[in-house]
Amino acid sequence: MASGAMETEIGRPIERHKRLVDGLLEGARYSPRDAMPDYSHLDELENQSIFILREAFNKFSNLAMLWSIGKDSSVLLWLARKAFFGHVPIPCVHVDTNYKIPEMIAFRDRVADQWGLDLVVGQNKAALEAGTTFPQGTASRIECCTFLKRDGLQQVIEDNNFEAVILGIRRDEEGTRAKERYFSPRTKTFEWNFRDQPPELWDQFKTDFEPGTHLRIHPLLHWTELNIWEYIDREQIPITSLYFGDEGTRYRSLGCAPCTSGVQSNAVTVPEIIEELRNTNVAERSTRAQDQEAEDAFERLRASGYM
Amino acid sequence: MSHQDLKPFRVVIVGHVDHGKSTLVGRLFHDTGSLPDGKKEQIEAQCERRGVPFEWAFLMDALQAERDQNITIDTSQIWFNTDKRPYVIIDAPGHREFLKNMITGAASAEAALLLIAANEGVQEQSRRHGYLLSLLGIKQVTVIVNKMDLVDHSQTVFDEIESEYREFLGQIGLEPREFIPISAREGDNIASKSANTPWYEGSTIVEALDSFEAIAPLNDLPLRLPIQDIYRFDERRILAGRIEAGSLKVGDDLVFLPDRKVGTIKSIERWAAPSQDSAEAGESVGITLTDQIFVERGHVAVHKEQQPPVTNRFRANVFWMGARPLEEGRNYRLKLATQEVDCKVGVIERVIDASSLDMEAGTFVNKDDVAELILETRRPVALDVHSDIETLGRFVLVDGYDVSGGGIVIEPLPLVAEDAEKAADRIVQPQERQLRNGHISGVVRLHGRPGAGRTTIARALDRELFNRGIQAVVVQEADVQAGSLPDVVAALTRAGHVAILDVDSNEDLGFIETTLFGRVFEVALSAPADVCASRTHRSVEGFELPPSTFVTVPTDKIPVKETLGILLEKLLPEIRREWSVVAGNL
Repeated sequence: MASGAMETEIGRPIERHKRLVDGLLEGARYSPRDAMPDYSHLDELENQSIFILREAFNKFSNLAMLWSIGKDSSVLLWLARKAFFGHVPIPCVHVDTNYKIPEMIAFRDRVADQWGLDLVVGQNKAALEAGTTFPQGTASRIECCTFLKRDGLQQVIEDNNFEAVILGIRRDEEGTRAKERYFSPRTKTFEWNFRDQPPELWDQFKTDFEPGTHLRIHPLLHWTELNIWEYIDREQIPITSLYFGDEGTRYRSLGCAPCTSGVQSNAVTVPEIIEELRNTNVAERSTRAQDQEAEDAFERLRASGYM
Repeated sequence: MSHQDLKPFRVVIVGHVDHGKSTLVGRLFHDTGSLPDGKKEQIEAQCERRGVPFEWAFLMDALQAERDQNITIDTSQIWFNTDKRPYVIIDAPGHREFLKNMITGAASAEAALLLIAANEGVQEQSRRHGYLLSLLGIKQVTVIVNKMDLVDHSQTVFDEIESEYREFLGQIGLEPREFIPISAREGDNIASKSANTPWYEGSTIVEALDSFEAIAPLNDLPLRLPIQDIYRFDERRILAGRIEAGSLKVGDDLVFLPDRKVGTIKSIERWAAPSQDSAEAGESVGITLTDQIFVERGHVAVHKEQQPPVTNRFRANVFWMGARPLEEGRNYRLKLATQEVDCKVGVIERVIDASSLDMEAGTFVNKDDVAELILETRRPVALDVHSDIETLGRFVLVDGYDVSGGGIVIEPLPLVAEDAEKAADRIVQPQERQLRNGHISGVVRLHGRPGAGRTTIARALDRELFNRGIQAVVVQEADVQAGSLPDVVAALTRAGHVAILDVDSNEDLGFIETTLFGRVFEVALSAPADVCASRTHRSVEGFELPPSTFVTVPTDKIPVKETLGILLEKLLPEIRREWSVVAGNL
């Protein structure tokens, strides 16, 4: 696939009819088992993530995992099943903004059902009822993210008393995420003190805290977008079909329907997506409108508790 | 491409502040065509907004504060490819204030580029970073002399820096691979040889990167499997852990240290992976045993023939990152692989200024300095000399809540066994019990009118303390009917407990602190009489709150959950903190 096929089209969300297949896995999307490329470089990434998941599970009794239904947190979920030998012994939290693409919700419910997940859905109902949303509503784009995602997450954490939350963010996504720790403390009000982060060396993480500290744990920090797709191919991990090309466009990063658009792409299988990524120079989150608002828009969102 | 060429190679860039680390990364990306589309234009706009010339460093300095001050605050990682292999480039801050961030970045690297600006020469952090690289176990170091354009590409300047810095590294036993003259801003000797340094015949940065050797997994060393957790999600009892060195296979007899219990591997468990009867270093595995012996997190599984030293005393090199200095005689928490144990700094043999290598005797180690010292752990730990098996030869020290130091094991010392006869004669002291529990004992006395919520708070507090591993117990009227309250709380304090008093009492409990090494916390739940009266539907007159309290909570205004939060916030640090002070006095 030529690299030119990755131009973004902000503001033109893909209209897509419901086109669900039976079962979770569309086998034809993946490399055949007997012709799998050499993916052995993923072993180290996998082992490291499993180690972190197990540390988190050992250190926190009231732990949850954030599952956004996207490719990264779907890989995270898969890694949890690897770490815990087929089980997912912690609740999976989905912060539903009510603006997610409908196919994501259908996919979520099918996976949760088949894998026997303890699914916890959080929603900032007050903001939705008050209409402080974007673009239909009174809020700006960034405010909408703050209300529906950050506050929605905060609410579900408070309601369930979660001490720590596991998230699927990666360093290569964006500059402030590149500076994250695997175990990242946040204040009670979720603030991230990125100017004074704990040292992290030799896989010894910060696991002692003042009461009231909340923790974010990031087992995928060292993966790249390309690694995620290689791993999806190797492990044949089910993901929502929104990522695959449909009439010349596909989603590269999934968010809320009004603020996420597709990229031009004809990649309809995982190996084609991998090939496309190897040849692109376009940033992954370029289709996520909230990142583009101002130079430090994303930094401010994250410092105040956004994922 | 072979496997080693698919795996990203991890390189850290270190050096003194403002010697051009972030600029080098930006330039490297540009010159190898690795910048994302539009990134250069974005940086141009950011520079224009600030009225500064084009700044490559903005690629890595993602934080607003970093761009405004033009310094790197926190370590960052970015991926790129040469024709040979992929890389993770770790940019580390050079400012002394952010040394713990530099260490965070460097600790995970396989090799380092150390930058020295030609116009400033070898500076304080150039030396300190060099020393820390050697302590972190990074053996492949290439030195980059940057800003050659500012010294007219002078070979003399380059040679002088090389000889000065080579000598410094020699003193700490580090042999640099090569010295490269560059200008990051101008792009000299980054991706291609520069005409500005015709006298230089060595590698470019890209060639130097490609010449680093990937670090082989530690498969050929003796087995070290620190147990991370025990799972019983189904009928299997799985011991989970990452193999830190060596390899294992089904049927192997394992010895679990420090207890020396023996078990045989029955199976290696994996999920959604091809079944295999062996596993190697780096793998996060699960094993089951043929016999159900007692194993817990922190035990280290090894082969019988290749056991590491197990001791409670060893000599170590420690670098200190804590705001409060490391002190001789004080207690810290040691974390070595999955082993966690309290330890005491026995003797500080020498303190080393990491930038000048000046050595002196001392009883404390300041932030950013290094020391050679003896650590004494409360329980024996399994460890290796760092130069033998690095994964079991390195550790961190936790001071309070913070990881404050890192260190490597230089030499295990003979296990110090307590003189059994002497110990048998000695009555178990309250301090010993407090040490073992990890917290002080004593009394939390709740005061409040009927209706102020005393019983509710007492029970909830008990649960919260229990959840945090603290031996607490609620004392109610029924518990003291037969005896006096002071007798009951004295017995509990001696037993190492925290007694939560849910009784009406105003007895003097001062003896708990003066003779039993315990603490007394007076807590007032200050809901006023009228509120309590309306809650209980009876008169609650004639009640006096104590004049001075450890904490007062207006339970008429604050809900139970918040009251608990306040109590825990106040009590926990006190209950947990004191034991180490007590321990220091033992």
